[in-house]
Amino acid sequence: MSWLHRLLRRDKMEQHLDKELRFHLDQHASDLIARGHDPAEARRLARITIGGPEQVKEQCRDARGTRWLEDLWQDFHYAARTLRQRPGFTAVSVLTLALGIGASTAIFSAVNPILFQPLPYPQASRIQMIWYAGKDGARAGQAFGNFRELVARSRSFDALAVMKPWQPTLTGAAEPERFEGQRVSANYFHALGVTPALGRDFDAADDRLSGPDVVVLSDSLWRRRFGGDPSIVGRQITLNDRLFTVVGVMPRGFENVLAPAAEIWALLQYDQSLPVQSAAWGHHLRMVGRLQAGMGTDQARQELDRIARTPLPEFPRPPWSSMKQGLIVDSLRDDLTRAVKPALLAVIGAVILVLAIACVNVTNLLLARGAQRRGEFAMRAALGAGRMRMIRQLLAESLLLALLSGAVAMFVAQSGVQALVALSPAELPRAKAIGVDSSVFAFALGITTLIGLLVGLIPALYASGPTRQGGFVAHALVRAVSAIVPTRRARILLPPGFLTAQGGNRVIGGHQLARRALVVAEVALALVLLVSAGLLLRSLDRLFAIAPGFDAAHVLTMQVQVSTPRRFPDDDAYHRYFAQALEAARQVPGVASAAFTSQLPLSGDFETFGGNFENDNDPGDNHAAFRYAVTPDYFQTMSIPLRRGRLLDSRDMLPGPARPVLINEAFARQKFPRQDPIGQRLRFGGSDNRPWDVIVGVVGDVKQASLAVTQSNAFYVTTAQWLWADNPLWLVVRTRGDAASLAPAIRSAIWSIDKDQPIVRVNTMENLLTASAAERRFAMIIFEAFALVALLLAATGIYGVLSGSVTERTREIGLRAALGATRGDIVGLVIRQAMTLTGLGITIGLAGAVAASGALVTLLFGVSRLDPLTYLGVVALLAGVSAIACWVPAWRAARVDPSITLRAE
Amino acid sequence: MTPKSDLPQGTLDLLILKVVALGPVHGYAIQQRLQQVSHDVVQVQQGSLYPALHRLENRGLLAADWEETETGREAKFYRLTRKGKAQLEAETASWERLATAVGLILKLSEGGAK
Repeated sequence: MSWLHRLLRRDKMEQHLDKELRFHLDQHASDLIARGHDPAEARRLARITIGGPEQVKEQCRDARGTRWLEDLWQDFHYAARTLRQRPGFTAVSVLTLALGIGASTAIFSAVNPILFQPLPYPQASRIQMIWYAGKDGARAGQAFGNFRELVARSRSFDALAVMKPWQPTLTGAAEPERFEGQRVSANYFHALGVTPALGRDFDAADDRLSGPDVVVLSDSLWRRRFGGDPSIVGRQITLNDRLFTVVGVMPRGFENVLAPAAEIWALLQYDQSLPVQSAAWGHHLRMVGRLQAGMGTDQARQELDRIARTPLPEFPRPPWSSMKQGLIVDSLRDDLTRAVKPALLAVIGAVILVLAIACVNVTNLLLARGAQRRGEFAMRAALGAGRMRMIRQLLAESLLLALLSGAVAMFVAQSGVQALVALSPAELPRAKAIGVDSSVFAFALGITTLIGLLVGLIPALYASGPTRQGGFVAHALVRAVSAIVPTRRARILLPPGFLTAQGGNRVIGGHQLARRALVVAEVALALVLLVSAGLLLRSLDRLFAIAPGFDAAHVLTMQVQVSTPRRFPDDDAYHRYFAQALEAARQVPGVASAAFTSQLPLSGDFETFGGNFENDNDPGDNHAAFRYAVTPDYFQTMSIPLRRGRLLDSRDMLPGPARPVLINEAFARQKFPRQDPIGQRLRFGGSDNRPWDVIVGVVGDVKQASLAVTQSNAFYVTTAQWLWADNPLWLVVRTRGDAASLAPAIRSAIWSIDKDQPIVRVNTMENLLTASAAERRFAMIIFEAFALVALLLAATGIYGVLSGSVTERTREIGLRAALGATRGDIVGLVIRQAMTLTGLGITIGLAGAVAASGALVTLLFGVSRLDPLTYLGVVALLAGVSAIACWVPAWRAARVDPSITLRAE
Repeated sequence: MTPKSDLPQGTLDLLILKVVALGPVHGYAIQQRLQQVSHDVVQVQQGSLYPALHRLENRGLLAADWEETETGREAKFYRLTRKGKAQLEAETASWERLATAVGLILKLSEGGAK
């Protein structure tokens, strides 16, 4: 039987014990009766011989070995009572610990599925992302043509697939609904290693121009929209006016990390003959591949590099898609976390600091409490309590404290995780997989409990530690001195440290030292956090100070899409519809100007297209640039400045012999450093049988991908003159008043032309600007919150230590006052001590902050990691807070009445 | 009643094991048997007997079951475990060695010490 078993069956054991002893008594009595005793007399005699039954039972319980557990139970009762008696201490330590444990659990829970857990696919490490390397080695999308060549030539992969976003609208019996989805090549699910739970996967034979329209549904869409009907496979549904046959439903647990919102998949169905002037050669696809078993990322990288360097005649590549810079291969996990990793690691660092500060603070609190309880434990020791018994008692108290903190921390962790998910930038991968992680929680609770246990033992060690004899002798000596030399000079006669070392208990010396070390640690840790938060804050400031190249104020944006392609037989039909929609939007009262563009700055999308210039030395030069097909008013609406030449106007919307093209300043500077770009000729889309296009103007640079990214090349043509009719287009509207409030009116104006065409992603330009800094903002909010917590904890810590030390030194201070020290002297003494500790902490913290800022470099923008303003500001802040925290104890010390303190001895 | 002798430390456990080794038996019977066999020299008080029984049970030397006595009452019957048997043999042997040694020493004649 285990002790636990025994404890749980305690009542039963007690019954058995009772029964056994009663049997003994009865048996004895009946024996006596058999020997001729009177029954009543027999029972009396038997009871006498058995002695005290309770004592026997007690000894049996001892023998059984559950004694210590029963005592522990008692200890917990007693501990609960002591904690209740000091609600202030209990509340502060429980909250401090809960904050530390809860925050670290929340952060690690959020980070774990992203950085550490394997992705939810079989042999996930075999899944790789393959990017086209742009001019400066930057990652760019793949062109379908390059994908085709890689599929044919590469031997490293089990499966290669490409994908692009797709937002089809479902019409039919119920309300029309627009879904997030993906257009993928047939191998997509195979590359991830997942097969549909119902029906079948895509068939490679169907992935061709005008192949059969088939879709695969997600489990959630199937359940939500089709009631989980298993006969869905083979049924036809109407998407964008076309009939699609449902061929499969993905499993319930399928997590599509490459497009978490996607619920529906259809085939890409590009023209396999790869006409050069088609979207098939635009760099707009993402490529994913599953490595052959036993194949490493490096081997695949080498093979793809070799293919990129050796073009074959049967796989012609247009100049802008020559793969000259090679390909970039990353594991899927690295690819997903690349953007967020620096921020997440920084946040982990921050939470470790918070946990450390929480531990320091609790240590501090327990030390202070230990000092207060020395009397209690000395008394217990004097009354004969064993050292082990007292240690056990303290263990019980610490454990109870830890349990309480753990319970509160659970709430902190839960709400922390929720807040993190809500705050997280859109690009945070696997946000759905985030939940409170129990192992992390156990770790944080364990470490704080351990500290609590160790620190909590101190009073018990004191109680059985050195006696107070030495203290009394020293006191007598000091009193004698003060009697003989009752002047101010006595203070000078006493060697420094004499009073602290001799004035009280000998142990106080070491004890005070420990607490001073804690204050230093606390200040240092807080400084590291505050400097990091300060640097991030300044980065964000700088980032928002950057001109995005357009005026975001009063600009409303939305995506206008044609989702009924059967009603739009040719490009002209599309152009006509978009022209009508634009006119309708312009007529809405409050609209100053409106325009369409094929891609919107900072929207998160980006597409480049290649071309070549007439004056290229090498016809194979790759001039991929951001492509904007716009209506003429785009530049006024966005307030993009004209630098040279002219803007596009309504004449350029008509088909003409030569297309007028605008390029941005960066492109002009790079391509025509010493020439006038106006009048230079170029050709996008690479076909030789088209006439050259002419540069008619240069416009200002615009941030497309993000505010922090350095400028890339861009070119502008009108929507009407581009190679194909773009769909969807972004509508940008400059309003006279508040931008967001015009959205409903503009939407209904466009729907008055055709109510079936979806209008989505409605947002203000200002919101997009803010969102583009979301990752930095995310890290900054967390850092700010943690820095605030750290500042608060440091302040309470400094205050706690100093007020504790003033209390313990009351006698010494009284003595100093009696010897002639003025109030000013005493205030000075306490403050000097506090500021010395703070100064030491700041010095150590500065070194730590310099080291820590190294890890932050990738998150910083436009500010040095050694930014003096931030460091000075934080030092001043901490010094100020610590000065305030020590003022109260100093003031209390100054009011110590020497006659009372000395008489109290 | 004959004056009882104090049992040397640890002897009670040995005696209990010995009595229990003869067959399952309850506490009262152990006490009676010890008293009878030793002609009233060994009189164990409940205050020593029951803690000893519980200690031996706890150490796995004894096991116990609730069974009916011939009078039809339920009593806790102790029996020897395999471990208890080994312990009994070991302790018996060591007791005999000690007793022989003590006997030898006590039989020394006054002059023999030289």
